[in-house]
Amino acid sequence: MQYLVSVIDDKSNPGSTDRQPAISAFNERLIADGYWVFAGGLADTDAATVIDNRGEQAVLSDGPFVESKEYLAGVWVWEAPDLDVALKLATEASKVCDRKIEVRPFQ
Amino acid sequence: MSDVEEAITRAHHEEWARVLAALTRRFGDLDIAEEAAAEAFATAVERWPADGVPPNPGAWLTTTAVRKAIDRIRRENKRDDKHKEAQMVYDSDPPEPLGAIDDDRLRLIFTCCHPALAMEARLALTLRMVGGLTVPEIARAFLVQETAMGQRITRAKAKIKAARIPYRMPSAQDLPARVTGVLAVLFLVFNEGYLATGPDTDAVRHDLTAEAIRLTRLIRALLPDDGEVAGLLALMLLIEARRTARVSASGELVALDEQDRGAWDATLITEGHRLVRERLAVAAAGVAPGRYQILAAINAVHTSARDVRDTDWSQVLALYDQLVRLDPSPVIALNRAIAVAELDGPEVALAAVNRLEHRLAGYHAYHATRADLLRRLGQSQQSRAAYDKAIELAGNTAETAYLTRRRDQLR
Repeated sequence: MQYLVSVIDDKSNPGSTDRQPAISAFNERLIADGYWVFAGGLADTDAATVIDNRGEQAVLSDGPFVESKEYLAGVWVWEAPDLDVALKLATEASKVCDRKIEVRPFQ
Repeated sequence: MSDVEEAITRAHHEEWARVLAALTRRFGDLDIAEEAAAEAFATAVERWPADGVPPNPGAWLTTTAVRKAIDRIRRENKRDDKHKEAQMVYDSDPPEPLGAIDDDRLRLIFTCCHPALAMEARLALTLRMVGGLTVPEIARAFLVQETAMGQRITRAKAKIKAARIPYRMPSAQDLPARVTGVLAVLFLVFNEGYLATGPDTDAVRHDLTAEAIRLTRLIRALLPDDGEVAGLLALMLLIEARRTARVSASGELVALDEQDRGAWDATLITEGHRLVRERLAVAAAGVAPGRYQILAAINAVHTSARDVRDTDWSQVLALYDQLVRLDPSPVIALNRAIAVAELDGPEVALAAVNRLEHRLAGYHAYHATRADLLRRLGQSQQSRAAYDKAIELAGNTAETAYLTRRRDQLR
């Protein structure tokens, strides 16, 4: 079972910025234990562009699709046998990243 | 009730969780298990009056439910042209060893009380899957529309499936926290029954308190060495024992100090006291008791006094001191203050209660406690204002009636 694991930061109360070494070490463990599928940190939401081509013409707009205090700062994809395993890893991830984590299963 | 009806009711109480848990393990699907179990009981209602009650109702129900589940899987797979797969599910399953079925019920409980589900979903799912209550019964219990309750249960089942919430015992490391979660669900069910929040419901909902006790007994049978399970069961029994004395003939709540202690249920008290003594012996050996065990011990002190004047308040206060160290919540501090009032007088207690204002201003019991202390101190005007506030916030009809009488007796 694959889970999308989102790292959520808060613009008004951001997590600490010195987490990269800890995250790298955690990633290595995820790979060694066979949970790691994909990981990536994201650029600031200001760098996002939304495209809507449902109508006659594609419309581009600057910025994220929704403006909010909380935003997606990075994602993982994990392969885990069940939610309990994913939640245990996510509990560690939240400490490692100093940020909230959302765990959501793929269909 | 006829003998057959009684047998069906008993089988429903004793076998529902067992049947549903066994089916969930076998088919790996709560939906299929729930539907098949319900169909098996409906078949029993239809057939037992004519055919007689089978010698082993549980085995009959499980076998019937398994057949219903296989029928459904076959039907659905035929549409998908996957008939063979269903056959394999049926044929490859080995007969179950009897002991493993009990573990299945625990698995079921832990799945329904999983911390990834919202608390209200855990309550509903536990009552449906483990307790065997129908959706309309659960909807009535929580004053929610039937369709809304049905959706709540459907959503919870869908999340279990989609997120793959496992159907198994938690690891030894996680077990204490997960048991605490299960007990919290059962205590909420009990409390909702004991002090129903709806203005138009009965003051005490015996159906809910009885169900909570029944499920706690089940967990106690499955986890006999867990102190907090024993503590919660003792606590529920000692509160339930006072149920009939707690509401007057005119529907007014009767406070502990005014209750007719002769109307308390001696059998439940004896059982509760036995459990508390059992835990005290373990505590004496150096195992620190958890909050339910301490709360049970407090209730054991109250139920040991034949007359309210015989209450050992210093013992009550010592137990609250122990509880505060474990759980520094303001509600515990409020209850502790009631014992302080008996030992050190209402003035000292009032000072302690007033310190809780910023955290409990929206809680009716805070104002009711203040009102009573102010009354005892002869400060009628302030007492009246506190009663007004308590009445405004109280949700239970019997409690409102009690508070109104106490307010109107002020001079």
